[in-house]
Order: sequence, then structure tokens, then C-alpha cells
Amino acid sequence: MRKRLVFILSVFLTLTIALGGCSGRKTGDSSKIVVGIPQDLEDSLDPHKATAAGTREVLFNVFEGLLKPDENGNLIPAVAKEYEVTDDGLTYKFMLRDGVKFHNGNPVTAEDVKYSIEKSAGMTGEESLIAAFSNIKEVNVVSDAEVDVVLNETDVDFPAYIASVNASVIPKDNATPDTTPIGTGPYKYISRSPQENIIMESFDDYWGNKASIKNLEFKIENGDSMLMDLKGGTIDLTMHISATQIKQIGDDFDVHEGSMNLVQALYLNNKIKPFDDARVRQAMCYAIDKQAILDLAFEGHGSPIGSSMFPSFGKYYMPELENKYPHDEAKAKELLKEAGYADGFSMTITVPSNYTPHVDTAQVLVEQLKTVGINASINQVEWNTWLSDVYTGRNYESTVIGVDASSLTADALLGRFYSSADNNFINYSNEEYDRLYEESRKTLDDNRRTELIKQMETLLSEDAANVYIQDMAEFVPINKKFEGYTFYPLYVQDISRIKYKD
Amino acid sequence: MKYIGNKLLTMLITVLIVTMLVFLAFRVIPGDPVSNMLGTSATPEKIERLREQMGLNRPLPVRYIEWLRDFFFGDMGKSYTYGSSVRSMLASKIPITIVLTVMSFVMVVAISIPLGIYTAKHEDKWYSKAIDAVNQITMSIPSFFLGMMLTYVFGLVLRWFRPGGFVNYKDDLLGFLGYLVFPAVAIALPKAAMTIKLLKSSVLKEGKLDYVRTAYSRGNSTDGVLYKHVLRNALIPVITFLGVTLADMVAGSIIIEQVFSIPGLGRLLITSISTRDYPVAQAIVAIIACIVIVINFIVDILYKLTDPRIV
Repeated sequence: MRKRLVFILSVFLTLTIALGGCSGRKTGDSSKIVVGIPQDLEDSLDPHKATAAGTREVLFNVFEGLLKPDENGNLIPAVAKEYEVTDDGLTYKFMLRDGVKFHNGNPVTAEDVKYSIEKSAGMTGEESLIAAFSNIKEVNVVSDAEVDVVLNETDVDFPAYIASVNASVIPKDNATPDTTPIGTGPYKYISRSPQENIIMESFDDYWGNKASIKNLEFKIENGDSMLMDLKGGTIDLTMHISATQIKQIGDDFDVHEGSMNLVQALYLNNKIKPFDDARVRQAMCYAIDKQAILDLAFEGHGSPIGSSMFPSFGKYYMPELENKYPHDEAKAKELLKEAGYADGFSMTITVPSNYTPHVDTAQVLVEQLKTVGINASINQVEWNTWLSDVYTGRNYESTVIGVDASSLTADALLGRFYSSADNNFINYSNEEYDRLYEESRKTLDDNRRTELIKQMETLLSEDAANVYIQDMAEFVPINKKFEGYTFYPLYVQDISRIKYKD
Repeated sequence: MKYIGNKLLTMLITVLIVTMLVFLAFRVIPGDPVSNMLGTSATPEKIERLREQMGLNRPLPVRYIEWLRDFFFGDMGKSYTYGSSVRSMLASKIPITIVLTVMSFVMVVAISIPLGIYTAKHEDKWYSKAIDAVNQITMSIPSFFLGMMLTYVFGLVLRWFRPGGFVNYKDDLLGFLGYLVFPAVAIALPKAAMTIKLLKSSVLKEGKLDYVRTAYSRGNSTDGVLYKHVLRNALIPVITFLGVTLADMVAGSIIIEQVFSIPGLGRLLITSISTRDYPVAQAIVAIIACIVIVINFIVDILYKLTDPRIV
């Protein structure tokens, strides 16, 4: 009896070891790309509830709005073929494109569009993720091919919000958008396995340029295994790789360099001492050396910035602010002395521990601030704790984080510094800024508006609202089999344009 | 019967205490599922509204008792992050972790029992000493580090397997088992080393006792004494140890799942904690607690079978 047991055990053991050699073979010959993503979609598959940037960038392949952004930051028609605005700027008339189908095969109707806009605007009782949609007065179905959106007040940014993933067009008759996403995008959702993957397939009836690669898998990787799996050949493409990590990847990949399109800064709680004093904040700006941060923590990659705007924004971006505060320890000490902190002070930098680049940055900042007598210590917290304590609770001294733009509007970056804004987590309050912001919201003339936006940026810089650092460089390694990776000025991934090299 | 009754009672009490602790732990750590769902679009008003909708504002004891009631009727609720039923989610993850644990346990037994006896039998030979030395080293390597080494050597250099190339058992059973071999080795080796050492010293200790001398004097062969008398007694501490080890391996697989990116119970547990997905985390902890208790229960019974004197 015992002998037989040992026999069975040893058979099992040899079998498992022998089978080990069989793994790694390909299943099927159809085209397939595996994209590594650093976290699962943990908020919702309903585009109207997708809060995390990491979720929106994946859902971008499944969903579209009436309009959508292109890689140059322009808004191009999607489910709508064109739109007009009435002269008073209050009514947007969207003409629907013919023959757009949902992934379930049903055509997109004007009713679906009305339902989608109302749902994403919170008019059906759900929370809206687009604050600017509270401005929608009504959505009217004019005909089978036209939907009109009427606003309470003019808003030149309205088309940009309509183009965001959070305002995607979804079918009215889908009772469970949380678990069965149905959209109109180039890829359709097939299935998901929690913490494992999300499977998609190209949509044959897509109205525009169809995706070239049939099978798409988003594979969830936890930070450490991402590089191993890239090198091992399990994943073909991943995004948001840092300069230090990219050095560890071999020659099997084409590496594209772009920017993360976010404003990385040492954000200061402007309400508490000593950060309520502009001189202290300015002193800190002088005390730090942006280039040294890039060299020490980012292998020299990244673009230094001087206000809450990043270079991809083109016409709004002001390169001249980058060097508003050159590295100058003497000046920093002088300003500190004026503000009554001749002997410096102690402060805490709260950083989300899952974002290595921000932690690294904080470490360099601690050393640089020390040179002017500011004694900073780092407090690493979990992301969820950061969200509740720092972001919503505003119970912190300073934090290093990157703030991105959820839509292609200046407002997405500058709106949060309006003193009573919900998301003004740094408690910035400046009457002049508030006045400029209010005026910019009402201004329809583009030149005048751009001018106001630039004034706001300048004010943030002069007032040293935060210690601005950089727009981080991002690297995208892609397997040499593929080409066509495209950077967008927004946090989205467009897999439909990737194809096999000839 | 009374024995089993007592055991079941202990089991219930343990599960109660463990789940209660989990409930309290989530209360103590900052952040909640709502702040995770709303992310950076959260405002205090939105948070309050959603908390109210999700019933998170109700008193803790009420929520606990309701959860407990549902859990015992097999209803583990709905995941906050995935919107699907926790039961169906766990149903697809549990087999992965169980197979991994069982596979590594089989390896431990298959490696350590023969080697333990062998080294004890040939105690003075040089190869036995060599095995001892290797043992000592293997024992001191933490399994996650061993996992990383295995990935590097067999995955990246020798390419015997593709790191991260996990295939689900639903798609390809052989590929699934094949991928789990190296993770199982990573869990098994340190444990096997410990078991070998224990078995060896246990056999040697028994070998010096009076009853062994008597057995020899009655004309038994070395092997006869070893397998008929010594081993039976020497195995008792080993069984205890293997029982504890198996329970430990369930927990150890959680870490190894991270190293080899295996989407099992462990990975789900870790992410559900960081997203404050209470229903999922609570269910997993409760289930792991139950598994550990059941294992201990089985060990107790095995005890009785090996040595009838144990009451």
C-alpha cells in the first residue's frame, strides 16, 4: 500500500515536471497583442463611472463619445458626424453619423445618445464625473439623426467634455453597464478575470478605421513582475515605464519616449503655516534644483515646468515660466528670513508609496530643502490613504504627485485653483485668480481667453502656489513585431492603430 | 464523536474571531471603498451620498452580524470593485491556489520522506553530509527570493517557462499545471529541507531507544527495524510539522502568487485590501481560516491513526 502511494506520488511529480517543458507555446495563429497594465480596472467598466486614469485609458478602446480626441489634441467627430453651435453659444446641435453600431449589433439611436448624455451628466440620479455637465439644461431628440444639448450658460469647453471617455455613448437598454460594457469603439469587450486580464476583440462593424489586430488582451501585472514578463515575452507592450526601468529592458523592444502629460509638483497645503506665506513658498522654489531632480531620479529625462500646465497643451503652455525660480540658495535663505523663518522649519511630505517616481522625487527634495535649513521628512502612505487624507481630507502639509488633465481643456488643470473648487486640494485662495478664472469661463473670444489663461498660469507661478517640478518622461516599450504606437496629449491608449510590421 | 463536536466548536469560534478582527482592522485603517470608487473626483458630499447608498453608514456590529448570517448561508455579497458576486469570483480563484498548495505539498512529501530516511540511514557517509549542507542553505532561503531566482534562471536565461505566461485551467489544463511547477518548487524547497532535517533527527533519536536494541537482539534486519518500528514512531513529530507546514503553505502561496504573477486567491486578497473591497477580503480571510482549521483537524485525526495511544 505504501509502495503504491510512493509510486503514484513520483508519477505525479515527473508528470508535472515534464509538463513544465510544454508551456510557452502559441495558441492559435490569429493576430494578438498583449498589453501589460499596472492595475486592474477597479472602479467600474461603466465609462460614466470610470474615475481612475488607468481605467479610462483602457476603456478608450471600447467607448466613444459624440466627439473624440485625436493624437494632436484636436476634437474629431465620432458618433456625431458634425455639430453646430447656435450664435448665443447655448445650444449644441449634434448630427449623428449614419450606420454607427453598438458592439451588440444594434444601431445607435438618438434616444441612446440622449440617455448617455443625461446619465453621464448625473440627470438620472447617478454621480456625474464631469462637473461642467451640471450646466446642461436639457437634451432634446430633434429627429432620428439630431440631438440638441441646451446649456444654462455658455461654455466653450463643452465639446471637449463631450469627447471625454466619461461622456461615452452607451445603449439605453443595457441594464448592467457595470459588468457588461457595450460601446461603439474599435474594440469590443469579451470577458475579464479579476486581477488576471481583460479580453477584447476588434469590432468588425466599426464605422471608422478598423483595428488591425484581432485579439487584444490587457494583462494585469503587479509592479515587480512587469519587467520580468516583458523580458520573458509574455507581454508585447506596456506604458508608463520610467527611465530607470527602461535601462533594464533588452534589445527586443522598440522604445518610444513621450511625456506623461501631468504636472508633477511638490503640492503645498496653502492654508496651513508656514505655507500660507508666499515668501516661504517662493523660497522653496528657489531652494530646489529641477535639473538635479531629473538627473538624480529620472536619468535626466523629463521636461521642467513652472506652472500648472504641460507642454502638450501647445497654445496655453508658457515655456518662459520654466525658469522663473532658478536654483539660488542665498535668495531662498533671504526670503525665509524675511518671512520669519531664518532658522528654517520642519515639514512632512506625504507620498503615495505605489508611485515610485514620486517617492524618488521626494527623496531628492528632502536633500535639496535641507541646504536652506528646511527639515523635511517623508511619510509614505497607501494610495487609498492618500486619497482620503490628502486629496479629499486636505489633512496634510505637502505632497508630491502628478496632476493630469481629464479632458482637453485648460480648465482641467487650472479649475482646481479656484478658491471654492471641490478639487482644490491645496487650498489655494487668491482673489485675483478667482476673478481671472470667472472671466475666462465667460469669454467666448479665443484670443482673449488664451490671454486670460496665460495670466492665470503666470499668477500661479509668481505666487508660487506649488513647487512645480516637471512633466515626467514616459517610455513605451513595444515588441519589435509591432508598429504604430501613438502618443496622445491625454491619458489614453489607442491600440487600434497598432499593427504588425510588414 | 464528542471529539469531533469539540473540534467543530473550536472551528466556529476561530472563524468568528478571525472575521471579527478583519472587520475591526478595516475600521482602523484609513480610506474606504467609496474613496476608491470616486478616486480624484471625490468631494465630501459625494462620499457621504455614496456611503449612505452602500449602507456603509450603518453601525459596525449590525453590518458584521448581517455579513455573518449571509456568509453561513453561502451568500458572500457583491464585490464593490467588480460588481459581480464574490462567490463566483472566488470559485474561479480558489482552484488555482489549492492546486498550487497541493502540488507543492506533494513535492515536499515526495522529496523529504525518502531523503530524510536515506540521510538518517547513511548518517556517516560523505554524501549524507553533503545533503545536510545543501539542506541548511535551502532552508535559509525565503521562498519569494527563491521564486525570483527561479524566474531569472529558468524563465529568462534557460527559457524553460515564460515568466508571467500563466494560463487559466479553464483554457488549458496542462499549460496551467506546467506553469505552476516552478512556483510550487519555490514554495516546496525550503519546507522540504526543514522536513528532511526533522525526519532525520527524529529517526536517529528513535534509533537510540531501548525498544530498537530489543528489536535488533531478536534478530531483525536493519531495514526491518527501521521501517517496522522506528519510522512509525519517528513520523509523529513529522506529521505535526507537515500539518503546520501545509497551513503555512496556503499563506505562503499568497506571496509566491505575486512573484510569478499568478492570479489566485492571494493576489485578489491583496488588491481587495488596498481597494477596501470589504466583501471580497472578508470572504477570502474567512475561507483561508477555515482551510487552516480543517487541515489542523485532519492532522489530529492522522495522529490518532499513527499512534493509537494519543487521546
